[in-house]
Amino acid sequence: MTDGVDNGKRRFLTIAATTGVAAVGAGFAAVPFIASWNPSARAKAAGAPVEADFSKLQLGQMMRVEWRGKPVWITHRTEQNLKDLPTLDDSLRDPTSSVESQQPPYAKNATRAIKPEYSIMVGICTHLGCSPTYRPEIAPDDLGKSWRGGFFCPCHGSRFDLAGRVYKNVPAPKNLVVPPHMYLSETHVIIGVDEGAA
Amino acid sequence: MEMLMTMLKSFMGWVDARFPATKLWEEHLSKYYAPKNFNFWYFFGSLALLVLVIQVVTGIFLTMHYKPDATLAFASVEYIMRDVNWGWLIRYMHSTGASAFFIVVYMHMFRGLMYGSFKKPRELIWLFGMFIFLALMAEAFMGYLLPWGQMSYWGAQVIVNLFGAIPFVGDDLSVWIRGDYVISDATLNRFFAFHVAAVPMVIIGLVVAHIIALHEVGSNNPDGIEIKKNKGADGIPLDGIPFHPYYTVKDIVGVVVFLMFFAAIMFFGPEMGGYFLEHANFVPANPLQTPAHIAPVWYFTPFYTMLRAVPDPFLGVVAMGGGVVVLAFLPWLDNNPIKSIRYRSALHKLNLMFFVAVFLFLGYLGVKAPEPVLSELGLRFSEVYFVFFYVLWFHSKTRDAKFSFMSLIGWMGLFSLNDFARHVEGSGDLIMMGWLIPGIYLTVMFLAPLYSNLNAEKAVPERVTG
Repeated sequence: MTDGVDNGKRRFLTIAATTGVAAVGAGFAAVPFIASWNPSARAKAAGAPVEADFSKLQLGQMMRVEWRGKPVWITHRTEQNLKDLPTLDDSLRDPTSSVESQQPPYAKNATRAIKPEYSIMVGICTHLGCSPTYRPEIAPDDLGKSWRGGFFCPCHGSRFDLAGRVYKNVPAPKNLVVPPHMYLSETHVIIGVDEGAA
Repeated sequence: MEMLMTMLKSFMGWVDARFPATKLWEEHLSKYYAPKNFNFWYFFGSLALLVLVIQVVTGIFLTMHYKPDATLAFASVEYIMRDVNWGWLIRYMHSTGASAFFIVVYMHMFRGLMYGSFKKPRELIWLFGMFIFLALMAEAFMGYLLPWGQMSYWGAQVIVNLFGAIPFVGDDLSVWIRGDYVISDATLNRFFAFHVAAVPMVIIGLVVAHIIALHEVGSNNPDGIEIKKNKGADGIPLDGIPFHPYYTVKDIVGVVVFLMFFAAIMFFGPEMGGYFLEHANFVPANPLQTPAHIAPVWYFTPFYTMLRAVPDPFLGVVAMGGGVVVLAFLPWLDNNPIKSIRYRSALHKLNLMFFVAVFLFLGYLGVKAPEPVLSELGLRFSEVYFVFFYVLWFHSKTRDAKFSFMSLIGWMGLFSLNDFARHVEGSGDLIMMGWLIPGIYLTVMFLAPLYSNLNAEKAVPERVTG
């Protein structure tokens, strides 16, 4: 040590302190770049409710409408379909729709619908986001004898019944989502809002 | 002529005083001594470099006509195919190049597996190679979104949602990656930026690191012998020959043969029956409907099968990622001092051949629809894929009877526990039949050394053969 110079302290100041300050600066500089990846104001603003008129939907048919870039299915279920639903309970993962996030309270019932004959669901598999195929047939060859109509995901083989309830032992963990919706008339629905929000 | 040579010499002297041109040329080509016994499998490193150049050049020309906009992308690709002069050729070169890249890289990796090229002192070469493989998968995946066809859209949907399976942060993470709540124009635009700028730069940097590391320790060879251990009086390995001209010329032969196959595919079957370019991708992206049969491009299918084999989404992602990552640990798993398959045991050869067959079969399953029997096979062969790495470690040295039986019981017990957990009414027969696949494999691999001489290894010669 000469002239009272503390080399240890100098080393600390030159190396540790400058590196620390530089790291903090780099951290702050990274923020705008990382944040720029989040949905833009325009992307956030999109997503208005959509109206659908399904007066022409025949028994056993399904139609798609687009809501927030996703397909929403409106299915017209038959008497037989509704009778079959409770018989499937044993082979389903969540037959009573106990996962709250998957449907609004008014769709937490045996048919997961406001009106039993019309099912309204987001057609996106809860596994990895493919859109399952509508398979209303009873016991087709490729889906097996116990199939009572439902949705089959071509991507990873997940199965759902006609109320969007997921079967056991398939990749999808949860039932399909029922979006917030309310009826404007007998066969006219608005998807994306409900009485609670109105 | 004499004067020209003198001028050239003085010019090189001027350059070398300012930039180590001659030094680099000698270190990496004219005085880089490679083992003289390279065989067929050693073509694939230089072929990978060739394909990288093809992809970069064709890619640059494609960007001149392509539009990274969700409303224009699909049509701009059709415009390239129909209206741009020679556009169809440039695009088919690029799309064929993508598949060719993976064929060449898989062969290159298998070469390393056969001859123990990942073993000490080449661990870092292997790791750089693994990073290249990861970057290449990212590059291929993001490039596949750009044509904005049905497969582009739904493939990206599935892969980005894989991140959504991560507990707690998953949903926010996948929104952050997409830049929207669904795959959209924002996603396409950023994937374009990554595909044409960021990832290629990373790949090129990693390739440079891969080659620098290789030239530091020297190349392995089919005998797995370090040629630097036998040097002549001049300090040059006795079994080494200068890379240039010997291997540059040899590699040109490989390039010509490779380009014959490449051109044949490019001109006569660029779609390769739906494997190189999937049929559903000729339909513009439709967010409302997934194609009836969706599968990733062939080079991802082995890992895709692993994903499908596990019912839990997050664990499925872990399995798929693990299938890639486990390869990076090879240098520390296979501790057998013998590098080359030539001198390893018959059992090791069998193990490696079976692993190749399993990998190919997993790839085949990945393009098929997930029907019950195929799903069961997918799970069983995924189990074999992962336990292969344990078997490699197990075969690193001679194991006693107790440890061998414990290994067998341990693994099969683990698989059986999973079988009990997933058993439902009526699936019993299928599970029992499937159980035999890892059962027989592991019985042979663990017990054969105890009751046969299948694990007899050969003496490694001092000098390279052939």
